[in-house]
Amino acid sequence: MPDESFEPTIVGFLCQWCSYTGADLAGTSRMQYPPNLRAVRVMCTGRVDPTFVVQALADGADGVLIAGCHPGDCHYNEGNYRTMRRYPLLLKLLDQFGIDKDRVRLEWISASEGEKFARVVTQMTERLKELGPLNWKERSEQYCGAV
Amino acid sequence: MAKPKVAFYWCASCGGCEEAVVDLHEDILKVVEAVDIALWPVALDFKRKHVEAWKPGEVTVAFINGAVRTSEQVEWVKLLREKCPLVIAFGSCAHLGGIPGLSNFTTREKSLATKYHKSPSVDNPEEILPKLETEINGYKLELPEFLSAVRKLDDVIEVDYYLPGCPPVPDLISQAVTAILEGKLPDKGAVLAPDKSLCDTCPLKDSKPDIMKIESFKRVATTNPDPEECFLAQGYVCMGPATRSGCGELCIRGNMPCRGCFGPTSEARDGGTKMLSAIGSLLDATTQEVSDRLAETMVDPLGTLYRFSLPSSILKHRLS
Repeated sequence: MPDESFEPTIVGFLCQWCSYTGADLAGTSRMQYPPNLRAVRVMCTGRVDPTFVVQALADGADGVLIAGCHPGDCHYNEGNYRTMRRYPLLLKLLDQFGIDKDRVRLEWISASEGEKFARVVTQMTERLKELGPLNWKERSEQYCGAV
Repeated sequence: MAKPKVAFYWCASCGGCEEAVVDLHEDILKVVEAVDIALWPVALDFKRKHVEAWKPGEVTVAFINGAVRTSEQVEWVKLLREKCPLVIAFGSCAHLGGIPGLSNFTTREKSLATKYHKSPSVDNPEEILPKLETEINGYKLELPEFLSAVRKLDDVIEVDYYLPGCPPVPDLISQAVTAILEGKLPDKGAVLAPDKSLCDTCPLKDSKPDIMKIESFKRVATTNPDPEECFLAQGYVCMGPATRSGCGELCIRGNMPCRGCFGPTSEARDGGTKMLSAIGSLLDATTQEVSDRLAETMVDPLGTLYRFSLPSSILKHRLS
């Protein structure tokens, strides 16, 4: 039985040109969505090193959202393409570590898509509630704690 | 003046690091001339009681190779740390976890099952596993505990310096020994190798195209790389961009893409994800579908990107 009281923590890496502005739009339009996402504004999703994602999960996040401009709309021409290419490799790597692929999500959200931002965060929060807490730190301590 | 004393010890390792000491060839005579060997289980007969009897500081430096997997290894490295003012993690396994560290990809129970009753060459129908204590003919026998995960040396004790490599190359060993003897060591915690990436010193670097596009990942097991062209540009996962230089590019010169045994430079927190970032960006794809398809051609990202460094990665082990 999933724990009803569990509130997942999502770290959201949002590109400042599109998705962060989209999140702003969701806020100024008074759209309702769960408060589980902690936004980290980045210049471009291309800056989101897979190390950031792994570090967030290791440090207590239950899920990570990477959101940026639609392909073709990148402020730096191709930053989001780089993220698009790395993403399936990262999912494959995380799967080998035993981390469900639904915990890390890549979405293209433009500055005008406040509604999509709210929907993505809502869906992701619901899915993470189904998956339950990741608890990487505690579980890691069991394997690799001090000896 | 009495010669300084040194100790060599091995934990979870293959013996290749011991071989590396012998690989100093004639230079080993200079080492033996300059120092006394106080402990070297692979070559000389010392017991734990001898080490326990050392006065603190009597033995200057301990070179410890191998990852830490058993309770006996934990005891030994703690004992050596207590006795020696200088501890050097020798080789990839002590430095990063090394090849034995790949068993963090599975559980202790599965590792034991594979070793003791699932291997085709093992005949063990009762599925007997090693026990910590066994009584035979009235005698109580003890075995060390096989711990839940592989740890690198500095997860267990404080380490002063690291000599990277699988195994460390003679040049770097000689330089380290000289630095110790002359008291010219860098700041504590340093890796005793250059802090630049292998690509910087790669003999194939001139063949690297300005714009690299990887059309699919290849493996040396199934295709033949061209020895004259940058391996990454050919689609082989060459760990050069995320690996420290200093090895003499031995693998590259042997027509083998870099496997990453020196670990990342000091700039990278996690060599595996850094490498994933680098090669992922180079895929020849402009749609999600093509990216997905190209990612499929990389057979084993975890084993490839963390071949020598799983216990030193951010995640360290698989969740079971």
